[in-house]
Amino acid sequence: MQRIGVFVCWCGSNIAGTVDVQKVSEALAKEPGVVHSVNYQYMCSQAGQEMIKNAIKEHKLTGIVVCSCSPRMHEATFRKTAQAAGINPYMVEIANIREQCSWIHKDMAEGTEKAIVLGRTAIAKVQLNAPLKPGESPVTKRALVIGGGIAGIQTALDIADAGFEVDIVETKPTIGGKMAQLDKTFPTLDCAACILTPKMVDVAQHEKIKIYSYSEVESVKGFVGNFEVTIKKKARFVKEDVCTGCGLCTEKCPQKKVPNEFNLGMDNRRAIYIPFAQAVPKVATIDANYCTMLKTGKCGVCSKVCTAKAIDYTQKDEFITEKYGAIVAATGFNPISMDKFDEFAYSQSKDVITSLEFERLMNAAGPTAGKLVRPSDGVHPHKIVFVQCVGSRCSSCAEKGKEYCSKICCMYTAKHAMLTRDKYPDTDVTVFYIDVRTPGKQFDEFYRRAVEDYGVHYIKGMVGKVSPEGNKLIVQGSDLIANKQLKIEADLVVLAAAIEPDKSARPLATMLTASMDTNDFFTEAHPKLRPVESPTAGIFLSGACQGPKDIPETVSQAGAAAAKVIGLLAKDKLVGNPCVAHSDEMMCNGCSSCEKVCPYGAITYENKEFRGPNRTTLIRRVAQVNEAVCQGCGCCTVACPSGAMDLKGFASKQIMAEVDAICK
Amino acid sequence: MQKITREMLIEKAAALIAEGKVNRVLGWKNGEFSYDVTPALFESVEEMQKDFVFGDFCGANFSKYLVKEAKKDGAVLVFLKPCDTYSFNQLLTEHRFDREKVYAVGIPCEGMIDVNKIKLSIGDGLLSIASEGDTVKVETLYDGVKELNRNEVLSERCLNCKSKKHVAYDELIGEDGEVIDSNRFDEVEKLEKMSADERFAFWQNELSKCIRCNACRDVCPACTCEKCVFDNPNSGVENKAAANSFEERMFHIIRAFHVAGRCTDCGECSRVCPQHIPLHLLNRKFIKDINSFYGDYQAGEEVGSRAPLVNYTKEDIEPCDAVKGDE
Repeated sequence: MQRIGVFVCWCGSNIAGTVDVQKVSEALAKEPGVVHSVNYQYMCSQAGQEMIKNAIKEHKLTGIVVCSCSPRMHEATFRKTAQAAGINPYMVEIANIREQCSWIHKDMAEGTEKAIVLGRTAIAKVQLNAPLKPGESPVTKRALVIGGGIAGIQTALDIADAGFEVDIVETKPTIGGKMAQLDKTFPTLDCAACILTPKMVDVAQHEKIKIYSYSEVESVKGFVGNFEVTIKKKARFVKEDVCTGCGLCTEKCPQKKVPNEFNLGMDNRRAIYIPFAQAVPKVATIDANYCTMLKTGKCGVCSKVCTAKAIDYTQKDEFITEKYGAIVAATGFNPISMDKFDEFAYSQSKDVITSLEFERLMNAAGPTAGKLVRPSDGVHPHKIVFVQCVGSRCSSCAEKGKEYCSKICCMYTAKHAMLTRDKYPDTDVTVFYIDVRTPGKQFDEFYRRAVEDYGVHYIKGMVGKVSPEGNKLIVQGSDLIANKQLKIEADLVVLAAAIEPDKSARPLATMLTASMDTNDFFTEAHPKLRPVESPTAGIFLSGACQGPKDIPETVSQAGAAAAKVIGLLAKDKLVGNPCVAHSDEMMCNGCSSCEKVCPYGAITYENKEFRGPNRTTLIRRVAQVNEAVCQGCGCCTVACPSGAMDLKGFASKQIMAEVDAICK
Repeated sequence: MQKITREMLIEKAAALIAEGKVNRVLGWKNGEFSYDVTPALFESVEEMQKDFVFGDFCGANFSKYLVKEAKKDGAVLVFLKPCDTYSFNQLLTEHRFDREKVYAVGIPCEGMIDVNKIKLSIGDGLLSIASEGDTVKVETLYDGVKELNRNEVLSERCLNCKSKKHVAYDELIGEDGEVIDSNRFDEVEKLEKMSADERFAFWQNELSKCIRCNACRDVCPACTCEKCVFDNPNSGVENKAAANSFEERMFHIIRAFHVAGRCTDCGECSRVCPQHIPLHLLNRKFIKDINSFYGDYQAGEEVGSRAPLVNYTKEDIEPCDAVKGDE
């Protein structure tokens, strides 16, 4: 029988405001095994911890239950307290009576009753606790950055500058991401390529960085400090180390009708291509969906013109397995599809475009060489209407769009309006907005310049309908300040489409066992205090995959993620979690179910000799858990049909005891 | 009527014993009545000639017996009907016996008769049953000989036979058949269409008949644990007899969960149930759900296949969608 001490925390008024702590400590004092039960204002304070230490000595306690905040906050604190007083830290259980009780109840009686049940549950568990000792595991001093946009680039550079090796996996043929597609950047209006491409070159030249372009993460095994990642290098049919990037093949290829995704399909490229002039790596890629040679076996022009002999039509996808200590997700964003927003006539008129398309139209390297013309007829537009919040800030009951603010649209729309007016003073520009949000350094000044110095018409209100009529677009919207309906005849309509996480993020999160929110943005370990770490140890977050962000914010978060990775990789050993699985060999059937579900590869099988009846020996196949590799996720305990597999610290019996205590 | 005879099997066994390939034979022998056939181990040809039978009541699946038999010295001969071979493979997948110590002879099956259906049809006084082609001649104490259509007295699992194809064997007697596109999920669909209350009432009624004889567990080829959770005081669910209706239900539901993804739908559970509870429907519901969530999967079709429940692919259904599908 354990000698259990119960310590009920008030957490100031956080708990004591809705839970009668005195009643809780009195009620729990009557539970079997409890020899000491008290309450105190702040258990986590120095004085509170001393109280626990003294009680352990005075009452010869063997188990501790602290009724306080979530174990994520102070479990470690109280484990150290217990250890300092001479009992095993894993003899401490936390009953979360704050987040799971006081904060969500208003009624004192109800809150108190629930706190007692939660305390009783922890007592029932601690009765069955056993002392545990953690092991250690080494750290592989290499990081993997998934995504080669500005977020991934910055994270990789910062980690590599600290002296650690970094690999970047980028699904496109070049790194650079969305920023490479932008024209100018707010609020300083410097050209995106001018500030991005030097960083891309730095990455290419850095001796500690390796780029896997045109590659995807295929599988992830292992755990913090010891990940094993398989990377699929997609066949690009060009030998990367041989191609000089001269681009001759991309000029001679007879297949000219391939939509150019870099220009969002507004012009065409060849079947063999280099996305843009400053691409890194500057290597051609054959698009297997369009290449006549790959499809029919007849052509081979690129191979004939290539002086470096870099073309290899027989290339196959290559799989590379590498070990990493830390993984950074930097998978970025995309504008949402405009399919569901047909009121804006995006599918009906070529002259209704998204802001990213506008960005390409304004770009000197874009489909029009930077000349702003209407995509339909190449005529210069004299009247442009920008519509903000297309698909952003939608109500939760709407069938389309996102509830969140995409954050970057106000600023880039101001930028687009300003650039248009600067380059083409004869063009009239109107912006429809719900609110203009400019909470960044130099942001509001920037927006005001657009209005005051450049004469952009800002109208508070939403556009209800865009209808093509002849070669014009009729924009119907409301002006909420003047309280009237407007009908504007425009030449070009630009939609500030909401942004959403890249589609690759969801399957990646599953591979990484990293959690996501309902919008498929990666979730932070703590929204305020651990904003660049995933709750999964060893997984870090960089850039817009965690939430909408502009470039300055992305770069600072990328640096922060790098700092966290460096902090991890600088360690030689990590103290493990002693709550690991173990197998009862007498009950194990050797069926391999646990081995199959183990995400960490911690389970192997051994043929072991056992005593059979009548002095015989039986050889049985039984599971063995590598405790250094096991992360205590518990998958094996659920898959095991015989119940031979169990988790230390979270034994099925302990969990059942908790359930029984709740149901009592 | 079965296409192969007792004599053909004895001849095969005798040859294999003579060649030294096997030392003993798993087969069937009559119980108290001719329709009361029970599994048996034969150590010689003489024993077989005395007691070995083969006919319309030889439903027993021997796969599970191999767990014990393959531990002994020498090799064992086992006769496997097509459906038995799935259990055979599933047990191999789970490393439950040594393949080297088993000689498997695949035998064709024309479906097995459910004696309860005969009893229901003729009433009291069953004396003997003889099968001729598609007719079954039943001799009764009170009404003389009655003729029944064989299809009408076939057991449910044979009417809804999923495969006449052997997926494992060392040699075959007769010709191999094909996998059948059966209607075995029709009954499950009927249950799915019920309201939650109706379904609860259905199972409450069925499971309340349970006498906790454990026959379903003991015969189940997926239940081969060294120590069953129901016999293990440490498991927290151990019990010898259901104390109340909750435990009654829990036994069968826990069992269905334990064999989920591993059950080959051999139907032995329902065959041996003395209370005629349609236990196979619980397992079939799991199989149907697994098929719809993860794509068609037949446990035991291949040795070493990764069952969907212990595998992960990027295409796996998200838990929230799985729940939606159930609404």
